[in-house]
Amino acid sequence: MAFVQNFPFMSIIISLVSGPISSVLPGKIAKRVNICVITLLGILQSFVLAFVLKTGEPYVYRMGHFSAPWGNEIRVGVLEAAMALFFCIIMFLSMIAGEKERIRDVEDHRQNLYYVMVNLLLCSLIALVYTNDLFTAYVFVEINTISACGLIMSRQVGRTFEAATRYMVMSLLGSGMLLLGICYLYSITGHLLMSNIQEAVTALATSGSYHYPLLVAICLMSIGLAIKSALYPFHTWLPDAYGYSTVSSAAILSSLVSKGYIFLLVKIFYRVIGFDVMKDVRVLNVLFVFGVAGMIMGSIDAIMSDDVRRMIAFSSVAQIGYIYMGFGLGTTAGMVASIYHVVCHASTKSLLFVAASGLTDVSDGKRDFKSLSGSGYRNKLAGVTFAVGSLSMIGFPMFAGFISKLLFAEAAVQSPNKMLITLIALAVSTILNAVYFFRTVIRIYTPAVKAGVKESGFAKVKISDNPKKSIAMVIFIIINLLLGLSSEIVIDLIEKGLAMFA
Amino acid sequence: MSKKIPRSDYEKTISFHFKRWLSGTDDTFAGKVEMKPQTHKKKNNAEIMEREIAKKDLRERVYDLANNKELKWVGKLYNVFAAFFCLVLAVMLLFAVSNLPSFGAADNPVNNEVSARYIEKGLEETGAVNIVTGMILDYRAFDTLGESHVLFIATCAVLLLLRVDPKKKKEEEEAANDRALEPKNDVILQTVARFLVPPVIIFGIYVILGGHLGPGGGFSGGAIIGAGLILYLNAFGFKKTEKFFTAKTYRIMSVGALGTYALCKSYSFYTGANEIHSIIPLGTPGNILSSGLILILNICVGIVVAGTMYTFYCMFRKGDY
Repeated sequence: MAFVQNFPFMSIIISLVSGPISSVLPGKIAKRVNICVITLLGILQSFVLAFVLKTGEPYVYRMGHFSAPWGNEIRVGVLEAAMALFFCIIMFLSMIAGEKERIRDVEDHRQNLYYVMVNLLLCSLIALVYTNDLFTAYVFVEINTISACGLIMSRQVGRTFEAATRYMVMSLLGSGMLLLGICYLYSITGHLLMSNIQEAVTALATSGSYHYPLLVAICLMSIGLAIKSALYPFHTWLPDAYGYSTVSSAAILSSLVSKGYIFLLVKIFYRVIGFDVMKDVRVLNVLFVFGVAGMIMGSIDAIMSDDVRRMIAFSSVAQIGYIYMGFGLGTTAGMVASIYHVVCHASTKSLLFVAASGLTDVSDGKRDFKSLSGSGYRNKLAGVTFAVGSLSMIGFPMFAGFISKLLFAEAAVQSPNKMLITLIALAVSTILNAVYFFRTVIRIYTPAVKAGVKESGFAKVKISDNPKKSIAMVIFIIINLLLGLSSEIVIDLIEKGLAMFA
Repeated sequence: MSKKIPRSDYEKTISFHFKRWLSGTDDTFAGKVEMKPQTHKKKNNAEIMEREIAKKDLRERVYDLANNKELKWVGKLYNVFAAFFCLVLAVMLLFAVSNLPSFGAADNPVNNEVSARYIEKGLEETGAVNIVTGMILDYRAFDTLGESHVLFIATCAVLLLLRVDPKKKKEEEEAANDRALEPKNDVILQTVARFLVPPVIIFGIYVILGGHLGPGGGFSGGAIIGAGLILYLNAFGFKKTEKFFTAKTYRIMSVGALGTYALCKSYSFYTGANEIHSIIPLGTPGNILSSGLILILNICVGIVVAGTMYTFYCMFRKGDY
């Protein structure tokens, strides 16, 4: 076994151990440890990715002396390694971009606990990505839920407590449904290991026995994870959770936490149930309907809100609708489009949250659109970054969002039954996206004098005032452009990875 | 023939005290329990009325019902749909359960090679007489590693939410603090606790240490120790527990336990995956020092669970240790 193959296991253990260690360190040192851990994990993941690309086939790593199905194991393929690397990059950027706000928003004696949450969140994400065992996945879903809750309430104001409570209730409902689904699946297949369950499920599907429990198990797992990743009718916890928590929390929650669950769902589709069985049961159609509804309703909610952070949060609902619509198409092309959109949305949404915090900071902390007038001049880099993010979300050529919309449209053409609805929904949603994002961009570039807002109390921020945030924003823009201009590499990775899933 | 004893001697006997206690004339608490009488806040009628009206109007103000009349209907419809939906879900789930393989049948899918090996070779391969412990701490130790971190992060979340700032502590104490009203030094509780706490904690330790030999293990034993600590705290107050259990103690305990667990298990994961021979002996099954790492892991898990229980109690009661 090559030494590189140990890296996924090492990353999980390093981030897991760094959690308890951060709890005894003072806040400032815990912050440095956190940054080091994320960087180290990113480096390790890139080695793993290079290794898997070179060998061209996935490998399983046995956790302990007993091979699966008796012991635990993790499985490493191209898609897993790429996702883990991507999660590390986005988390790194979100953490350095929100540093100043974090020190302001989180009380001193709670600082180190914040890093405990972040470290364990990263650990749970990496474990969720790599795991080949449904019960291990559930254990790390628990860690993920609790740490996300901690991230929401680390800024202690009334709205975040309310948001954290809502998040806890909805998210535990989702976890409960996932657990129930795993229980049903275990009692009809007798396995917890993904590969073994898939064999058993394929046999059950061909013989037709235990049809009803199988159907219920698939429904419970899909809907449970859909609730946790805020699919449209279950999104009520999202706007406050993303809108009022501190910036790095909002960026991490919107771009990583919900995406971790979506990736687990993809794994369940491919590695647990098997994509062919999945197409036969009509759960995907339900997800399709909810996804399309989310695309429209999320955008309408975003148009109606008068708070820039909440607007971006509602836009997340619409974007998650896109992802589930892609799943609902039930084709490999749809899956590729959805996974590409996961990457695109994760990088763009964290960029938007960071840029929006830059804009509200120069508007005396006010988030309504009137006060934001001219903020693009007061903080030039944040204005440019916000504009880039908006264009990407709308689907402007050159940026990441354009490619994902193109992929969705291509996938729609290949599935004739759902083509018309998908294309119409895409068109309507794009127009609605354009309405609220262009409105904001025009607003931030309207001089304050013309809008009748007094600028006297507002600070002006230069690029050099908060160098870490500026660097993070520039890297965010570069990632977005890379995703938009050289998308073939990413799409190629996703296709290779999906082929390895089967 | 009963001997008549003088009154002064009679008043010292147990039966005299017992009679007085039965009749209620003797107050065992008198002079022993520290209790501050609660001063009732005088509420004037206007304030109460105002609060009542505010309570009534809450819904109307939050949802602005005067301007959104449709919300009244939506609220009612929502309740009806919620009940209907729950009913449908319950029926579906029950129907699915009725279609599951019948409990305990020999040809169930769960009776496969996985459980067969746990039962047949569990003792030989893990050295643990208790197969369940062998499963959770050796075969599937990775899951349990995650599970103990779930407890840790739950504690951290509670600390994040409820911990009072140590620097602001004094100001808090001066402000209206309803903990001052709690009765202290309850004689009955203290006497019972004096007898109960040591056996409870020793039993907890026994359950942890015997986890690989019989029913028990870190999770159950830790919960017992945690309960013993909470009883001790209730009987003797924070002043006594502060001497041996502070925030620092908890941190050291959890970091030490979780670190040891992670270290031990990373060794066995690494050697296992790379096919290196592990130097950890399994020992003779049935001995206290046997079954490889399981004993150490059980102790680690026990420490984490006990700390978690105690911390939860302290945080919800006082916001500090």
